[in-house]
Amino acid sequence: MRELTYTQALREALTEEMERDPSIILLGEDIGAYGGVFRVTEGLLAKFGPERVRDTPISEAGFIGMGVGLAMTGKRPVPELMFMDFALVAADSIWNQAAKMRAMSGGRVKVPMVIRTQQGGGRGNGAQHSQSFEALFTHIPGFKVVLPATPADAKGLLKSALRDENPVMFIEHKLLYNTKGPVPDGEYTIPLGVADVKREGRDLTIVSYSRQLLFALEAAETLQKEHGISAEVIDLRCTVPMDIETIVRSLRKTHRLLITHEAHASCGVGAEIAMRVMETAFDELDAPIMRVAGLDVPIHVSKTLEEVVLPQPAAIVRGALRLMNGK
Amino acid sequence: MSLPKDLLLSMYERMVLIRAFEEACVQLYMEKEIRGSFHPCVGQEATAVGACFAINPDDYMTCTYRGHGACIAKGIDVNAAMAEMLGRKTGISKGKGGSMHWTDPSIGLLGENAIVAAGVPIAAGAALSAQMDRNGRVALTIFGDGAINQGAFHEALNMAQLWKLPLILLCENNLYAEMTPLAKSNPLAQVADRAKGYNMRAMVVDGNDVCAVYEAVREAARLARAGEGPTFIEARTYRLLGHMIGDSESYRTKEEVAAWRERDPIKRLRAHLAQAEGVSEAEFDAIHARVSRQIEAAVKFAKESPYPDPEEAYTDFWI
Repeated sequence: MRELTYTQALREALTEEMERDPSIILLGEDIGAYGGVFRVTEGLLAKFGPERVRDTPISEAGFIGMGVGLAMTGKRPVPELMFMDFALVAADSIWNQAAKMRAMSGGRVKVPMVIRTQQGGGRGNGAQHSQSFEALFTHIPGFKVVLPATPADAKGLLKSALRDENPVMFIEHKLLYNTKGPVPDGEYTIPLGVADVKREGRDLTIVSYSRQLLFALEAAETLQKEHGISAEVIDLRCTVPMDIETIVRSLRKTHRLLITHEAHASCGVGAEIAMRVMETAFDELDAPIMRVAGLDVPIHVSKTLEEVVLPQPAAIVRGALRLMNGK
Repeated sequence: MSLPKDLLLSMYERMVLIRAFEEACVQLYMEKEIRGSFHPCVGQEATAVGACFAINPDDYMTCTYRGHGACIAKGIDVNAAMAEMLGRKTGISKGKGGSMHWTDPSIGLLGENAIVAAGVPIAAGAALSAQMDRNGRVALTIFGDGAINQGAFHEALNMAQLWKLPLILLCENNLYAEMTPLAKSNPLAQVADRAKGYNMRAMVVDGNDVCAVYEAVREAARLARAGEGPTFIEARTYRLLGHMIGDSESYRTKEEVAAWRERDPIKRLRAHLAQAEGVSEAEFDAIHARVSRQIEAAVKFAKESPYPDPEEAYTDFWI
């Protein structure tokens, strides 16, 4: 199978869907003439023209609010938030408007808008350019929330998002753009809300998503090689809808669960997964659920500090060993 | 007031309908039939009717939580609107939106909005949609003087002018942002000056003169359809009731309210119709009787409608 970067896979998805559906329009800061600061939209202005690939002023609340109006009048807007952190600038447009329009109108309107953004740390971008907000989008109802970890998933999930009738928050990771992976030729989509077993194992289940998934796979390799522990790694892929079934199926085999994400631990997605597992599969658990997540402090710039705040593969290994030794 | 008599009569009847709707809601609110928020637009009927009668049924509109007048002027089903006020299943939003979220895409109504200024970028998005489709539609967004100090308002004005969107920005300047007088919330000599910073065309009209509002919005719509971009219209008006039911109104004097009652837009149009168009008392009585019957029927329809079933808490959300 051919190899593509995460960026190339995303661009392929956008291109194919824009060719298929003329109602899709992109708007955002420096996405057109410049090609996007992460190059995802490079070349799309030349291909689709300035009406469908629209450079906007730095006005997140304004252009996402306009996205709501576009979506309510038959378009499929794809606003790009250059950094997830800027969602807070556009919070009203996102949560009071896009997320609620359909319910407030008793189902009379729909808002098929895909907000594309990237989040996460690991690059020293500091407290206002490194945050992970998937828990906010999971907490406030109204958006489907997608967090692909691989190029193949990025393409298939973005294509599904662009065909979905609901608002979708499509969350990329700044340190995944240059990663490479096999991507199938030809047309395919991946349904939203279906987790994927990325590595099979017997002794414990590790659940993750986005870039942290790569750390989970690295940790699983270390656990196997150095400790003889067989970890199953599940890529949640979406936090809304949340596929708990796939996790429970794995727990029937492993009976131990470790959840890891880059976002702050408190009230994070890990807490929600743990609660849902307790509600539906408490009897399957042979040990307390383990969480390896970001510290509850702002994300510092210096490498030595950022690596303390954001959980590294070694932290997942330590967590897994504690979970196993609690037998 | 040089508009045709038939148009003036139908605008008069719609203004009376809006007034009667709001007065019925005040009563129903006191009787606890209506829950939650209700911000009556009594006194501001001329801006709503003048604006909506000047655009087409398929043009887009967003308005505010004080937007019953605009929605009724745009053509919302009054029975469904009243049922929404009473939280009934037959309401325009099936009882899920209430007073501040009337929405009906079949008449171009993209929603009232309970967040100040939030409707402005939404209307700008609809205007962009119309511009891209080259379908000749315009978008009208109605907002208050309080909205001109919100970030989303400025961002939308900037992009609307930058891209020459077919957008009409109608500011209902009723002198108070909730309870705060205009002079205490911004330093401008007049609200319309906000448009200057965006190199945007602006007009100031008497918002209690339905014909002045109609003419201004009609001109703005003509320009928008001709590719001439957005227009900012400041319509000076006054809300004769409080911000909400139970407002102490300590921020304004009884004398000020009384003076504005003399400039009541319905009273003014009636005087004009009587004097210049020779409309008789009997004709006015017939209009008022028709409106009363319509409101009585709407209240009856609402009260006799069922509440939503509990299961409906989960519906009309995900697709």
